[in-house]
Amino acid sequence: MEKEKLIGGVFTPDEARRLLYLMMLTRAFEENAEELYALGKVHGTMHLSIGQEAIAAGASSALTRNDYLLNTHRGHGHFLAWGGDLNRMMAEFLGKETGYCRGRGGSMHIADVDANNLGANGVVAGNLPIAVGVGLSIKTRKTDQVALTLFGDGAANEGAFHESLNMASIWNLPVIYLCENNLYAMSTPFDVAFKIEEISTRASAYGIKGVTTDGNDVVAVHKAVREAAQRARKGDGPTLIEAITYRWRGHSKSDRQAYRTRDEVKEWMEKDPIPRFAKKIGVQEKEMEELRQRVKQDIQNAVAFAENSPEPDLNTILEGVYA
Amino acid sequence: MREITYREALYEALDQVMAKDERVFLIGEDIGIYGGAFGVSADLQQKYGKERVIDTPISEAGIAGACVGAAITGMRPVGEIMFSDFVVLSMEQLVLQAAKIRFMFGGKASVPMVLRLPGGSGTGASGQHSGSYENWFVHVPGLKVVMPSTPYDAKGLLLASIEDNNPVMFFEHKLLYKVKGAVPEEMYTIPLGKSNVVREGKDLTIVATSIEVMRSLEAAEQLAQEGIEVEVIDPRTLNPLDLEPITQSVIKTGKALVVHEAAKTGGFGGELVARIMESEAFAYLDAPVRRLAGLDTPIPYNRNLEYHTVPQVENIVEEARKIVQGVY
Repeated sequence: MEKEKLIGGVFTPDEARRLLYLMMLTRAFEENAEELYALGKVHGTMHLSIGQEAIAAGASSALTRNDYLLNTHRGHGHFLAWGGDLNRMMAEFLGKETGYCRGRGGSMHIADVDANNLGANGVVAGNLPIAVGVGLSIKTRKTDQVALTLFGDGAANEGAFHESLNMASIWNLPVIYLCENNLYAMSTPFDVAFKIEEISTRASAYGIKGVTTDGNDVVAVHKAVREAAQRARKGDGPTLIEAITYRWRGHSKSDRQAYRTRDEVKEWMEKDPIPRFAKKIGVQEKEMEELRQRVKQDIQNAVAFAENSPEPDLNTILEGVYA
Repeated sequence: MREITYREALYEALDQVMAKDERVFLIGEDIGIYGGAFGVSADLQQKYGKERVIDTPISEAGIAGACVGAAITGMRPVGEIMFSDFVVLSMEQLVLQAAKIRFMFGGKASVPMVLRLPGGSGTGASGQHSGSYENWFVHVPGLKVVMPSTPYDAKGLLLASIEDNNPVMFFEHKLLYKVKGAVPEEMYTIPLGKSNVVREGKDLTIVATSIEVMRSLEAAEQLAQEGIEVEVIDPRTLNPLDLEPITQSVIKTGKALVVHEAAKTGGFGGELVARIMESEAFAYLDAPVRRLAGLDTPIPYNRNLEYHTVPQVENIVEEARKIVQGVY
């Protein structure tokens, strides 16, 4: 296809529609998970990425499934975008044996190592040092893979951020650091925790490239990640990407959101990445409705699969502690 | 058999496994041209290159995390924390990541990494460079904890640890590095989870770890002069723990003493005593099971104070004598 016919210069119409569907699926999945939580069917807590779906769509589409994903615990969208199976994901939320982690991990630790999806991480910045090891492993095995490691703005203030970026930089490791800056670390606003305007400027401290991009724009995120991947595959080392976005929901299920105004949330809801992308790729209301129906059906099937799946057998309670 | 030091035994294990297995690499602070703070990696960087013997910045969380990430993607990393005390800076990666990844992911990942941890007192390194923290890790399901006490065990257990598909915390003792012993030249492994009855005896069972095994054996020699026959058992791996030889020994002797260098409160001895009490050996006990351990204090700098902070041969002799004579 001619380059000018590609949407935003990067997506074929089919690819763009696939990504739109993924974003809608992620949103519906999370809304459904909220309902299941309210019904007491989902246990514990969960961290919703509603409003942030463009980053997952943009990032995953810029990499191959031979690359590695290191996710966060606000990472349902990334999990689905990486190719996660909706049924097994829903089953994990319901704590079922058929879930990705056999009901042992739940929302915060969902992983599919066989698909190079090295898991969501419950610890803020927990995956950053691990990404160094993945980068070293790629370099030692001399493959052309890259590791995409996600983290939030809060994680950029952990010591692990510094150790990880420094090590990856000095060794030119093929790691892409993608910071989803949703402006709040739980209740702490960005400007309370940072003296700088942009997290990406920290890249200069490590002698690497840093970029800040619109995290609600699928194309912008895709381009930033694609360029970072090209650098990484050429042996030019890591990149720090900051994608600015906003989470519509609270931090987790216990959040009363006393730290921000309704007006602020409303303002960001108007920047909804889903209709924005639909418009950009020329998807009209009729097609949107078809996609909504498809998403609804897929979610219903997944819930049915999960609800009909067996609970883990108590006799297996110690399985998986040791290899 | 030829004799080499504990340090040389560790070096030889690393050298042989690196020659054989491309997946194995070493990572840590000053392990390259410097050869490691205690000289264990010696010239391995010259032999295997900077990509397989990786000098790191001073970033202990980074070292541990690098091991985790490399391990889950098919490598066999061997990390070194210069002094085991500094493992506190790696705790998140070890306790919340390495130990739990397999379980949290439903048994679908493995983390085959080894972290070498030189520890222990006796070098005048005082409060922040002399600790014995092995029991913290015994308390974390998902980790294995290994503590070799001889050059033979050091080589065989290190090779077994590298072969193991789990994260292994490998505690070396700084005073043991110069100790010599018979070590086969070829590669061999000692299974993790196999206690070693180091000396047989009928009057008292001593279970000791790391350097306290050597001290207990010396104590046993002295006690033998008095007609007290001590059985000395080295569990070698604290987790998994091979309890059977210990309980069998206690059934035979009816008396047990646990000796370790780490501070007594919350130390491995408490766990071991509880396991003995829960076992069939309980019915055979004719004295309380006693612990001889480090004092509940940081390691002091002063030579004399440092010496008296952890169990020495004479302390073991005295304690053993009391138990056998029924005076405690």
